[in-house]
Amino acid sequence: MTLQASDLRHYETPLLKTPFHARTEAACKTWSWGNWGGYATVLTYEDLSMEHSAIRNSATVYDLCPMIKYRIEGPDATAFLDRLTIRNVAKLSVGGVQYTAWANDAGHMLDDGTLFRLGPDRYRLCCQERHLNWLLDSAFGFDVTIHEETEEIAALSLQGPTSGEILRLAGFAIDGLKPFRMAEFPLASGRLMISRTGFTGDLGYELWTTPDQALALWDLLFQAGKLHGIRPIGSEALNMARMEAGLIITGYDFTPADVCVREDRLRSPLEMGLGWMVDWQKGHFTGKAALVAQRDKGMKWSFVGLEIGGNISAEGAILYHAKKHEVGVITGAIWSPVLKKNIALAQVLTKYAGGANLWAEIYALRELHYEKMMMRAQVVERPFFVHDRRRATPPGKY
Amino acid sequence: MTHDALIIGAGHNGLVAACYLARAGLKVLVVEKNDWIGGAAVSRELFPGFTYSNCSYVSSLFRPEIMRDLELPKHGLQILPYEGGAMFTEDGGYLGMFRDHEANRREIARHSRRDAEAYDRYSRDILRNCRLIRPMLMRRPPDLASFAPRDLMELAWLGKQITGQSEAQIYDMLRFWTMSIADFLDEYFESPVVKAYQAVGSIIGTALGPMSPGTAYVLLHHAMGDVDGNVGSWGYSRGGMGGITKALTASLRAAGGEIVTGSGVSRILVQNGRAVGVALENGNEHRAKRVISNMDVRRTFLKHVEEKELPGEFVHRVQRFKTRGSSGKLNIALDGLPKFTALPEGAPNIKGDMHFTDTIEKMELAYDDWKAGHYSRDPFQDMMIPTLIDPTMTPPGKHFMSCFVQYAPPKIEGRDWTDADRDGFRDACLNQIERYAPGFKSLVLHCEVRTPRELEAEVGLTEGNIFQGELTFDQMFFNRPVPGYANYRSPIKDLWLCGSSTHPGGGVMGAPGRNAAAEVLRDMKMPAKDMSDAYAIV
Amino acid sequence: MPSFDTIVIGAGPNGLAAAYRLASKGASVLVLEAAAQAGGGAGLAHLSYNLDPRVEKAMGLAAHGLDWVARDLATTVLSPDGRHLRLRGAGVEGDLPDADRKAWAALRGRLLRFAAVLGPLNQMAPPRIAKGVGNPLWQLAKIGLKARMMGAKDFRELGRILLTNVFDLLDDELSDPRLKGALAFDAVMGGWAGPRSPNSVLPWLVRLSGQVAGVQGALGLPKGGMAALGAAMVRAVEAKGVTVRCNARVARILVEGERVTGVALEGGEEVRAARVVASVAPKTTLLSLVGARHLDAGLVTRARHQKARGGAAKLHLTLKGLPDFRGADPKDRLVIAGSDHDVERAFNPVKYGRVPDRPALEIVIPTAHEPGADGKHRLSIVAQFAPHAPADREGARKAMLAACLAQLEAQAPGIGAMIESAEIWMPYDIEDRFGLPGGQWHAGELSVEQMLFLRPLPGIAQYRGPVAGLWLASAGCHPGGGVSGSAGWNAALAMEGAK
Repeated sequence: MTLQASDLRHYETPLLKTPFHARTEAACKTWSWGNWGGYATVLTYEDLSMEHSAIRNSATVYDLCPMIKYRIEGPDATAFLDRLTIRNVAKLSVGGVQYTAWANDAGHMLDDGTLFRLGPDRYRLCCQERHLNWLLDSAFGFDVTIHEETEEIAALSLQGPTSGEILRLAGFAIDGLKPFRMAEFPLASGRLMISRTGFTGDLGYELWTTPDQALALWDLLFQAGKLHGIRPIGSEALNMARMEAGLIITGYDFTPADVCVREDRLRSPLEMGLGWMVDWQKGHFTGKAALVAQRDKGMKWSFVGLEIGGNISAEGAILYHAKKHEVGVITGAIWSPVLKKNIALAQVLTKYAGGANLWAEIYALRELHYEKMMMRAQVVERPFFVHDRRRATPPGKY
Repeated sequence: MTHDALIIGAGHNGLVAACYLARAGLKVLVVEKNDWIGGAAVSRELFPGFTYSNCSYVSSLFRPEIMRDLELPKHGLQILPYEGGAMFTEDGGYLGMFRDHEANRREIARHSRRDAEAYDRYSRDILRNCRLIRPMLMRRPPDLASFAPRDLMELAWLGKQITGQSEAQIYDMLRFWTMSIADFLDEYFESPVVKAYQAVGSIIGTALGPMSPGTAYVLLHHAMGDVDGNVGSWGYSRGGMGGITKALTASLRAAGGEIVTGSGVSRILVQNGRAVGVALENGNEHRAKRVISNMDVRRTFLKHVEEKELPGEFVHRVQRFKTRGSSGKLNIALDGLPKFTALPEGAPNIKGDMHFTDTIEKMELAYDDWKAGHYSRDPFQDMMIPTLIDPTMTPPGKHFMSCFVQYAPPKIEGRDWTDADRDGFRDACLNQIERYAPGFKSLVLHCEVRTPRELEAEVGLTEGNIFQGELTFDQMFFNRPVPGYANYRSPIKDLWLCGSSTHPGGGVMGAPGRNAAAEVLRDMKMPAKDMSDAYAIV
Repeated sequence: MPSFDTIVIGAGPNGLAAAYRLASKGASVLVLEAAAQAGGGAGLAHLSYNLDPRVEKAMGLAAHGLDWVARDLATTVLSPDGRHLRLRGAGVEGDLPDADRKAWAALRGRLLRFAAVLGPLNQMAPPRIAKGVGNPLWQLAKIGLKARMMGAKDFRELGRILLTNVFDLLDDELSDPRLKGALAFDAVMGGWAGPRSPNSVLPWLVRLSGQVAGVQGALGLPKGGMAALGAAMVRAVEAKGVTVRCNARVARILVEGERVTGVALEGGEEVRAARVVASVAPKTTLLSLVGARHLDAGLVTRARHQKARGGAAKLHLTLKGLPDFRGADPKDRLVIAGSDHDVERAFNPVKYGRVPDRPALEIVIPTAHEPGADGKHRLSIVAQFAPHAPADREGARKAMLAACLAQLEAQAPGIGAMIESAEIWMPYDIEDRFGLPGGQWHAGELSVEQMLFLRPLPGIAQYRGPVAGLWLASAGCHPGGGVSGSAGWNAALAMEGAK
């Protein structure tokens, strides 16, 4: 991404291209593109069902470049992150990755993301939204530098049962790499960092290099994976997989507090089902007082997984108690091809989060008319989908 | 013959009030001093082949409820959203505005990456305040000192609007409403040019500088409108701002209302403490059961009503109602499109609002000139070329340029404006544009210059104040125009106000006219037919 | 070393008032003062206008040596043609149109009424705009009722002028430029706003809500100067068993386990206490003493944005003899303001970090009341406006001094030749000397958006700090500065209520 003052004609191409664009564009047969954080990204390359099934069956490549990345370093980096996020960063060892979240003073969610500890005083924070102001403002009083490196890193997500085997074939010794750990390897004329992380709930890796190595990496993976069913996937297939894994996305499942207009839309990490992350003992962090108060007083909203009757996706449906009172809203829903179930993620008033007598009002557009259905919604544990291969070290040979 | 309602002044608010009353079945007459209709929302051809928006020049505030109620689109009204905009910088660069969110983000990021992100949070905070204030525009403010049920209920409603927010948000709102825009912007942005661009709406029409407390509210006043639901968006009226009053006129005539032009009111006739009609300068008299003045409060009561008819306290306050003009206007016929050297060929920014004061300090310095009783030597300009969007106003290839200018005081160092002052003012503006678009001056075919003197003389805005009274807290809401009389009524029975001197104030909004009509009908115990409640920003 | 349960940081009027109240309720209190002498802002002010009667009475300041050489100082508004105006109370002596005389008496009466109605707010913690948070509803209702009882006319007028500007308020009623100038100057004293700035009336009302020896809106000069007022407060707290340690600059407030445990002094000494009352500017307290890591990030950002721009310089002159301001009584408070326009003009350059050509001056000559042994005269002068952060500090200081001396010379020809020494404190000098950020008198501007429940910042406006055991009790809190002790007293009351 170019941000030079001389780049006056940016408006002619408002959406940026990722370092993989030459390959993604060639692979995208549907011409179906969307805007992700200012980048043109593929929604579906060829066929949604085939792409989703590859995540659970073989291996898939997803262009992660628009993910916002910050480099955080300095003597106070750990203290800074401990004050910023709700988890205990001091417990994250070098080479480890932590799924985390952060909130504002009022305890309202700003974002979630993954935190990579690259060194004792060096971290990378990856997230969905841009937070430069919040991070820099939070850095006041800390000896730490914050640098947005989104454009300096090319990243791919390689997910699926054969992903470990493909990496092995590509020449990377990842057998010892455990979930939420990372390792570095030489790649062409540069370096490649591989983390065993992902957004699918399946076996998978995320691959991080510099933009100049991007196409070489892509070609290497597709060469190595030729016989292992590798294929690129777009955001729509990934979205299905993440829902099966019960994972939330900022901007879909909650609105970030810093841009949220309507106050009744604000949600805390507790209300988003992330209470397990909070380290109440680690000392002060931003939003702690508000979260303690909410913990003690009880939260208004809860975030739940739902199984819904029928086979029509409940996307955007309003939830009712006893088919009468609105008690929540479905933030994401699919028919899960893996589970053969109609699943959904939802914000529900805590009072009704037990799940008794919950109903989803589903509108299905069929030949210009909406068919309206009231379907029973059952609160279930997340994730909806788990498989042992996700955690097996070394990864299985498929 | 006696009319049910006589409206003085065929400006947009007078016509809006007239339309609503006529549609409710009243016999309505509008009297207008000029030969043309429209007041400050007018399009006139002062140079052959060129239509100007002579006074007001852009539309956003005009209430869509009114357009719909009065069927203005059917009567020819078209509002066209415009694109882009730019703040030119002294070093030869610019900050552009774009309709596309990503383009806008990248544009601001050219100046500051932090600011590009802060812009979203800033827009959110402005929108929150817009959501709060919008429902207040089409209501009659309460009288603080009244115990009447309606006033108490209105106060309770107001309290509910405010306390419907979180405690923290209430504090943020109170800070926003009392801060200067300079201080407010400092909390979001670091780049001087980004701040300067955002400050534009905080001073337009206002006798305050961006460092004056209260200007953050003025910004809101310019941000709370919308074009087709895009809050804060502005547009042109096709054919110029006269398109609005033209459509209103057609709507009024269709509803059976009449308009008499060409002679101003010399006197509002008052008998036994009631307004009964008007006497015109040409000697004609028109009788009516009620008189509704679209003139500003000072003109209405100090020039056209005898002082003995009014309570002393009321006169005291009206005399002190602040109407200090702060703006001027240049309407320019151009032989071709000027070339702004900073903009790339084909950049869309030229289709929007353009400015040349790239720091808050420059805008404030321009205000210091006004305080000293002089027009700004390095003025703030809100300049646009509507013909890049609207092809109806000039011959093809030619252009109409509208330059709104701050600051211009009502008097020059205590004395009246002279023609030489006016020319000096004009040259300060033209020379500023020429610096950023060399050769611009040679394209000028005709230039109409309106200082506060011309605005007062022609449109009748006292001291040339475009809002019919300054928009400061002492003159807003229940204080507008006079505490105790924020209800569109006056001490004289059957004499009403419907102009921008009343709540919610100036801009081509129509809300004062609509609210006044609602009050008239309410007093007559007539149903307010075809009158929509304010649309909320859901 | 004895142990204390409460540490008060800063021995200014608020710190001492809080210390006294806490000690009188049984706390063992240590007051730590960075300077060599206690008194804080009392060393900056030269007149008293708002000493809190609760503080004065409870602390028995009279018994501890507070006495007045003048309880209701007259003001002489200087005019270069010798047509001075002399103001005392509502009365004006001098050559003034009758209409103005009447209008001023009426306007002053109205302003004092409004100030008196709002005054009780100074003596309570700011309410919160929320339900069920322990607001003093009865007291608030009484204030509302009192306001309404003024009658519809005054009540509406209060609603009108609350957020208006001084310039228009005066211009609406008065015509004489000298009078308007002097009043405009009074109204904007200590602020960072010219008289034309909207919202400039409310700070004036706050000022007018003060009193001296029971007289509202008066100006008092203590015997021995304002330092004597500070000294009386110190004697009072010491008599209550409070320990006051000077030359003890607090470097850090200690926080362990998310609560305050004491303070660390410069030099490393640590003093433990379960409660720390910060009577230094809130900005300093939060950003320097507590530190960001113990606070929420949003609060820190707000603290950084809190406005603390000092607009006043302080000038001290020693003269060989008594100057002659064209016959003005040297015992009066002398004001050089010119017109209302002039006061605004004196503010204009300050907006851009520059020095005005003709600053407005308030002059007090303590030696005219209490002659020194050496026969010399000391002039204490407040000069407005002065830039708080000019590009060239040294140059601005020189220019400001020259501008002030020129203003004096014009009103008292020959005064320049009498000067033995001159010392000027620019706002940044005041910051260095008194630890007030930006040299702001009120430890944070007393502007409408930083008043009441917004002071010092929303969320921490009720004196309870953002860390357990920390309390805020400086002029940066409600109701603001002056030498009043109100904020400290209110804070102590809040601490009692919290037990």
